[in-house]
Parts: sequence; structure tokens; C-alpha cells
Amino acid sequence: MRTISPLLLAATGLALATLASALPAQGSPPAQEEVARGKAVFARHCAACHGRGPGDDGSPKLPGTAALAARYQGSLPGALEEREDLDTETILYFVRHGSGPMPMFRKTEVSDADVGAISAYLSASAASTKN
Amino acid sequence: MSVLPPDLDAARFAEALAEMRQAIGPDWVFASDEDLGPYRDSFSPVWDTQQERLASAAVAPADVAQVSSIVRIAGRFGIPLFPISTGKNFGYGGPSPNVHGSVIVDLKRMDKVLEVDEARAFALVEPGVSYFDLYRTIEERGLKLMIDCPDPGWGSPIGNSLERGIGYTMGAFRDHFGASCGMEVVLPDGEVMRTGMGALPGAKTWQEYRYGFGPDPAGLFAQGNFGIVTKMGFRLYPRPDHYRTALVTVPRRRDFVKLVEQCNILSDAMLCGEPVYASPLMALMGNPSFAALATKKGGASDAALDAAASEAGLPAWQVDLQFFGPEATTRANFAHARERILSAIPTATVIAGEDFPLPATKEQLANVAQPYRSSIRRHGALGVPSLGIWKIVREDGHLGFFPVLARSGEEVFRMQRVMGDALHEFDQLPSYFNAASAPLHWHPHAFQMVFAPPVKRADPAFNAMVDTAMRRAVEVAAEHGWGDYRAAPIYQDAVSDTYSFNNHALRRFHETLKDAIDPAGIIAPGRGGIWPQRFRKR
Repeated sequence: MRTISPLLLAATGLALATLASALPAQGSPPAQEEVARGKAVFARHCAACHGRGPGDDGSPKLPGTAALAARYQGSLPGALEEREDLDTETILYFVRHGSGPMPMFRKTEVSDADVGAISAYLSASAASTKN
Repeated sequence: MSVLPPDLDAARFAEALAEMRQAIGPDWVFASDEDLGPYRDSFSPVWDTQQERLASAAVAPADVAQVSSIVRIAGRFGIPLFPISTGKNFGYGGPSPNVHGSVIVDLKRMDKVLEVDEARAFALVEPGVSYFDLYRTIEERGLKLMIDCPDPGWGSPIGNSLERGIGYTMGAFRDHFGASCGMEVVLPDGEVMRTGMGALPGAKTWQEYRYGFGPDPAGLFAQGNFGIVTKMGFRLYPRPDHYRTALVTVPRRRDFVKLVEQCNILSDAMLCGEPVYASPLMALMGNPSFAALATKKGGASDAALDAAASEAGLPAWQVDLQFFGPEATTRANFAHARERILSAIPTATVIAGEDFPLPATKEQLANVAQPYRSSIRRHGALGVPSLGIWKIVREDGHLGFFPVLARSGEEVFRMQRVMGDALHEFDQLPSYFNAASAPLHWHPHAFQMVFAPPVKRADPAFNAMVDTAMRRAVEVAAEHGWGDYRAAPIYQDAVSDTYSFNNHALRRFHETLKDAIDPAGIIAPGRGGIWPQRFRKR
């Protein structure tokens, strides 16, 4: 996985501090309501690019999923819903900073709490896929 | 708060922000560098340079009254505002402003689909509604209506139409501003105005008769800076029963002239949807000898291009045709199109494609069953929002220059040659204008061609080259009567400069209006190349 530099993470410190209070204690499973909310947020804001379905007009994958699959070359899944390693801090970094063709998302679109819910959903989804 | 609005010191700006917090709530005023990061243009070719236009703050009002409050506060402090809808205007500046230090008015929270009328085929929406949102609303309510959406579905019908964006269904709906009907605007003094029948209290036809009485100022708010649009109506396409496709190929280069003439008639008579042109010869561009021929300075001869096509066993041109309507009508329109085209071009080949009832199934939407290689992007063609198109975005995004030209084969050939020659020296870029470059029939009555050079955030020298190429493209195109339809803030002055008839009479007219309507020059100064007096002096 691409490493996030401590400096860059430090830049998100304020947002993370705000977010921390909204998250369940580390190690405890996320509440089902949080997972359901995260699924809805993911469907609305992420799935059109990072979902598991095929892309348009014969493309085997959606653009974000295809790009990540190409980047990881099989070492990690391209689909975010199959990733077990995405914690809230990592997701928040990419949501707020973008990556290559992926633009940044504003708080008016995806709040810090929304990112926490996405994280909860992805954890649950990845576990479910694994099982 | 590392960036300040022009002519304002930190203390006065802090005072203004305090008033804005009071007006809309402290959670919806963003002024930290961290919060403002996502308001930068992620496709910017001037990222981290002196030319980048950054926001000083962003405010996110929840309703029209709050927009008025923000405008009035900005007016008192002389702060430039830059409104955005969903902020997805990528290739054209994204959410970033024309003036460094502007406060972004982020309308994303105003995300209500206010009305969708199936029987009268219209919608009324707020700026924060995306095409995905409008589509979902229609689907959830089970309404037999089709939207017309641009490729990435995360954009806003209001924002896209105010940028004069386009789509891919029938001509009447592809021109998104043309398909709008009625708007509500917060003017630079904070007043709320409605256009057309919206100005008549009690009228039920705001989304059906756009003009009302007297001059219709709606056009001023597209690519303009005379107010902040807070509601807008759109005509919707009653969902047709059936969809049918066909492919027409013609063997020789000059057959394209007659092919375009016939497709123009079909399109203008509303017998088909978007004709999607392509040249199968594009597949040969990986071959160095063909690429050299197709990009030859001064243009390759028709005979040489025909010989290359013949040798490769490829037709010179093709067009995907699309028919909407009752099943019998689509069949009849296809038969008519075939007869018309074969009569004009006896050597053409017409191949029947798919046909199926609407709405499309998942499999039909996937567009994998055409009996030929099609250039149709099926989601867009059927008004189904998607982000599938993002697969074409390379590096850190791209810019967009889409010059408008007449719908004629001869004019396409001329643009291929002139713009190809003008951009020949930029050999680090892909060839956008060559003998196999096809026109886009997005706008119902004009062609456009595409120049969309990539941007590399970590390579300023490359971006500088791209910037030079963009400016060259704008200049050379204008010398030949071709103008850009839409531009990022950093190119809007250059594009505006080319619309110069009678010593820039149009721009001077806009400036006169701007000074009268917005004397403090606070609404998006510079947008559309229109600068208020305060900034013209600089």
C-alpha cells in the first residue's frame, strides 16, 4: 500500500482529532448502524468509481478499482470493499487530498463522520468477503 | 487563513468571517488551509505556482436566505465571491475561483430535488443536486422520464448548464442550458429574482415557458457573473419506449462531407439522437508511417489517406446512429436513414445494431452486444449517470479546449489541418488534430473538436508547455473563426479576447451591465472575461 508520510498525516491532524470522538474505541466492532450508514455513503460518493461492478462499455472494472488493481498488481485487491487495511486515517487522507486523477472531496460532500462510517463499512465488507 | 481577499487586511477579513459565521452557523464557514485544500483545482496546470487562484475561505449556506445574507456581507466588505454547485467542473477550473482570495460560496448543502413532474416533463432543482441525485429520484419514484447527463454524473444540472455543458441523448436535451427553463437568482445586492414565468406570482408555468414577458436575462447567468443561481428548472425527455442503433461506414475520406450533410438532416428533423462520428483509421495511429501521414504538415492528400485506408482494409469514416421512440418509429427512422444515406453515398455500408425496450437492462447498459465496434458511450446515450468515463483521465487530469465549428465535412478537414499544424511542435502531447480526428456532435447545431492535454502536477515544465499549447490553440483557432465554448478561469480572458467583433462590443456591453448590477464587483469577478470596474483598473 502507498505509504502516507507522517508530515502529510500531520496536516490532517485537526480533522482526525475531530473525527476521533465520533469513532468507536479501537478494537471494538463498529455498530451496525454505522456500517449501514457507511454503506449508503459509499454507494453515494465512492461506488461509481471504486465499486466492484464492471465499468462502462465493456471495461472490466470501474475506473478507480481498475487504477488500484493496476497499481497493486495483485498484492492488494483493487476494490475498496475487499480491503482489510483501510483505516479511517488513510481513507480521510485520500478523500481530502485526492490521488492522481481522483480529486479531493470537500466537507460539504463527505463529512469527517461520513469517512468514519465508510471505514466501518469497508471493514465489515472486507471481513464478509473474506468469510 | 493564509490567503486574503484583495484589498482587505486580516483584521477586516476576520470581521467579515465572523459575520458570515453568525449568518449561516460556525460549522459552515471554512478558513483553515486544511479545509480549503479540496477547493483547489485538482486538474490545475498552475498548481503551487504564482498563477494558481486560491480561495481565502469557503462558506456553505443552507438556503436562499443564507445566500442573500452572505452576498450582503460580502458587499459591505467588498469581498469577491465565487459560487460553486457540486464543484466538479474539472478541466475547467474545478471549484477554484477567477480571483485569488475569493470566498467560495459552496452550494452543495442546497441539494433538494424540489419538483419532478412526470406528466409535464420537468424538474426543479437546487444547485447541490447532482445528476446521480436527480436520476435516483426519478428511478425511486418510478417516473417515466429520462435525464440528459454529461459523462461524469457527479456534476450538478445547474452548474453544468450554467457552464453550457452538454449531454448525449436527443438534440433538444443535449444542450443543457438550452433545456433549462426558469431560474431563481440571488442578485449582487442580495435581492432574490426569478426569471420567466417565475416573475409572475401564482404562475404554474415557471418550468414550461421560459420567457415570461419582456427581455429574458437568463442567459446572463450562464458563464456570467451577475448573480448566484439558487434554483433552476429543466425540461426532461419523456422516456421513449425503445432504443435502436446502427452503424454507417463510408470508404473514402471525402465521403465524409455527404455523410455529415445527411446526418445533419436526420438530426435537425429530430429523427435520431446524437450521431457519434469516428474514423476507423484512428486504429492505425500506432503505426509510425500512418501517424506521419495523418499528422503531415499542410495535411495529407485525400488520395494518400484513401490508399492507406484501402491497404488496411478499413473504411475512412463511420457514424453510430441512435433512434429513440416507439419501436415501430425507431424501425421506420432507421429504414429512412439507411435509404437516405445510401441514396447520397451508394458506396456506404449500413449495419443494423441493437434494439431493445427502455429502460435498458444491466446487460444492455453494459454495451457489450453491438455487432460492430461502436463509439457510443451507452450510459450517456441513455441518460444514465456514471463515472465510467473517468478511465480516460490520465496523470493528474487534463484541460479542455473544444472549439466550435460548422457542421460540415470540409470544415472538419480544415480544422484538422490548421490546428494540427499549429500544435505540431508540441510533440510531447498526443495528436488531437489529425486526419483521423472526428468532430463531436454534442451541441445540436454545431460541431466541436477536442484538445484535452494532460496535466502533471509534479512536472511544472510539462505544465508550462501545456499552458503554451492551450494559449496557441485559442489564438490560432480564433484566427480561423473558431471559438472555445467554455474555459478554466486561467484561460477565460484569453478566450474572451477572441470574441472581439467591433472593438469588443459584446464585452463592453457585459462590463456596462456588470458595473450597473454589481457596482462593488463581488460576484465572480472575471468570470466569462467580465471584470467589474474595480478590477479593470488593475
